[in-house]
Amino acid sequence: MPALRVGLFVTCLVDLIRPRIGFAALELLEAAGCEVVVPPTQTCCGQPGWNSGDRASARSLAERVIAEFEGFDYVVAPSGSCTGMIKRHYLKVFAGEGAWLARAEALAAKTFELTDFLASVIGLERVPGRYSGSITYHDSCAGLRELGIREQPRALLAKMPGVHLIEMKDAETCCGFGGTFSIKFGDISAAMAQTKCERIRASGAQAVVLGDLGCMLNIEGRLRRSGDETTRVLHVAEVLTAGT
Amino acid sequence: MQFASIHFKQRAAGALANERLQGNLRRFGSGFADKRTAAREAYGADAFEQLREASAAIRDRALSDLDAWLLRFELEATRRGTTVIWAEDADEACARALEICARHGLKKAIKSKSMLSEEAALNAALAAAGVQPIETDLGEYILQLADEPPSHIIAPAIHKDLGEVSELFAKHHGSAPTDDIARMTREARDVLRTHFLSADLGVSGGNFLVAETGSVAIVTNEGNGRMVTTLPRVHVAITGIEKVIATLEDLSTLNRILARSATGQEISNYFSILTGPKRADDTEGPEHNYVILVDNGRTRFIGGELREMLRCIRCGACMNHCPVYQTVGGHSYGWVYPGPMGSVLTPVFQGLENALDLPQAATLCGACHVACPVKIPLPELLRTLREMQLERRLRPWGERAAFAAWAFTATRPRLYAWMTRVAARVLKGMGGRKGRIARLPLAGHGWTLGRDFPAPEGRTFRELYRAGVRRKA
Repeated sequence: MPALRVGLFVTCLVDLIRPRIGFAALELLEAAGCEVVVPPTQTCCGQPGWNSGDRASARSLAERVIAEFEGFDYVVAPSGSCTGMIKRHYLKVFAGEGAWLARAEALAAKTFELTDFLASVIGLERVPGRYSGSITYHDSCAGLRELGIREQPRALLAKMPGVHLIEMKDAETCCGFGGTFSIKFGDISAAMAQTKCERIRASGAQAVVLGDLGCMLNIEGRLRRSGDETTRVLHVAEVLTAGT
Repeated sequence: MQFASIHFKQRAAGALANERLQGNLRRFGSGFADKRTAAREAYGADAFEQLREASAAIRDRALSDLDAWLLRFELEATRRGTTVIWAEDADEACARALEICARHGLKKAIKSKSMLSEEAALNAALAAAGVQPIETDLGEYILQLADEPPSHIIAPAIHKDLGEVSELFAKHHGSAPTDDIARMTREARDVLRTHFLSADLGVSGGNFLVAETGSVAIVTNEGNGRMVTTLPRVHVAITGIEKVIATLEDLSTLNRILARSATGQEISNYFSILTGPKRADDTEGPEHNYVILVDNGRTRFIGGELREMLRCIRCGACMNHCPVYQTVGGHSYGWVYPGPMGSVLTPVFQGLENALDLPQAATLCGACHVACPVKIPLPELLRTLREMQLERRLRPWGERAAFAAWAFTATRPRLYAWMTRVAARVLKGMGGRKGRIARLPLAGHGWTLGRDFPAPEGRTFRELYRAGVRRKA
């Protein structure tokens, strides 16, 4: 059987801020036996505009993403939130439009969040990384509630003998990021992040692991501002490829 | 109550700085949400999801022919001796209530909880006309003493702690301060009992209006609703027109999900179905029974993009599950309805331009949508309101310009690649040795008020990939 051709949607935040997460995703997909292609002209899925009520800008970006990625067997992104945009919200962006809607539906059907793809589509048996330490997992909102991602990252992490998972209280509660919310309502957002950080510390885990860069920047930023220099904040792809 | 939703930001900042309130909010925390989860598990998770489906369908059936069901309700209620009165807005609702008071010479009103009466500021109208309003729900009674509006639709005084209530009671009851809760409730009961027995008007809300029997259904936990609707000689139920449902069978389904979603109870302590005034062979009940059906902006939802909002059965699950509500409390929202449901209702009832922050003050985390017993897609409705704000040019100029610039850049990959390369380097430089930025300029200032911003690695993924890099450093 020929290898699956997978288009990697890096996401704009990973591209700009944490390229290493993009390379970790690439490595995991190759470990899963996929032929990975990174379309060089990709930018953003359009979610910032969409969530702010700017349908026109969301639409112009959605058209680009569809055109860039519809030729692959699968499209994978290391983010529940960007995947949710493509998989759930594009259908609303193009609601009532025959041809574009059909293309959006086709793309939605083959687009997956990274851990969902590895655990549910591929059924990955062995993960390449080696990690030793206690972690707690923060469930990002869009991945959890739009895509049903909860067990998938935990199942992959459970394949790593050195990983000791300690669940924190309210792991499914929003960290307070919320895209532009984090800037428009910075004080409320930071207070919500503080609550999340207290839960993380109370778990006693050495690291918090998660699947979305927005939450990652928010939680890491609040931990450091509040003087916590030791609790590590890691993307699940980084843990799954640690030490490789 | 005073409408102050335009000041959400300032009110929220005040709430964040109020340590006592923060303590009270933390104690409230996920209490109701945890109880709902337990009730859902006990009911069976799959069965509960089916119940949500059925409940949403029941509400949609009533709302899709709202006029017909309301007329049926009026017909059946009238046949059973109830007087049905229609009010287009809050002022008319108050005027009609005062007419009833004048007609029967009423002087003292005991009230069970009604959000519609808060919406219409009925207490102020009654008092101005010489009718003394007494709130008899314990939470509402506490707030009446404190002269404060409710901060939660089912737990109105949830923002107050034992000490605050104790001080209030000592001040108003002239008793010695105590932290003995049983003694305090006994005190309230003694005070309220005299009012129950001396009032000539009972004002209630209505959780549901049953069209086929012309009945008003009321869900309470303290028994005060029974007293309010049966002891005084006149009972007025004041409620929104969207509360109508078709049948008693529908009521039975909705009653299974309401208390479970609200407080995690299987059923509320008291559940009354009130049909008509006292009959010849009844031993108790009001001589006159009125229902005031109020629109006050509800018809604006019909047939529009926000129509699902009318399904709402006022259980409070959305605010119980909302991390923003739990952080800033109900008073920050500045009007009768707080939390996610309020952030949809208030802009429509009071005008989009008068509640600019409310649709924006949400992370769209989706917890409310998942908890809603009638499956209202609250995040989607908030997003739609944001779209309406933009269409009506109600967002700041700078914000609109920023999105236009973002879209312009992100649809031009070469320009975008160049700009992100510059940004990655500049931000990395700003991050210094520790790799984090303590102060961002411009709009980014909002981020760094309470957080650092982790600095970028310095080169973008796409530029590294283009240069042949395939593995993380």
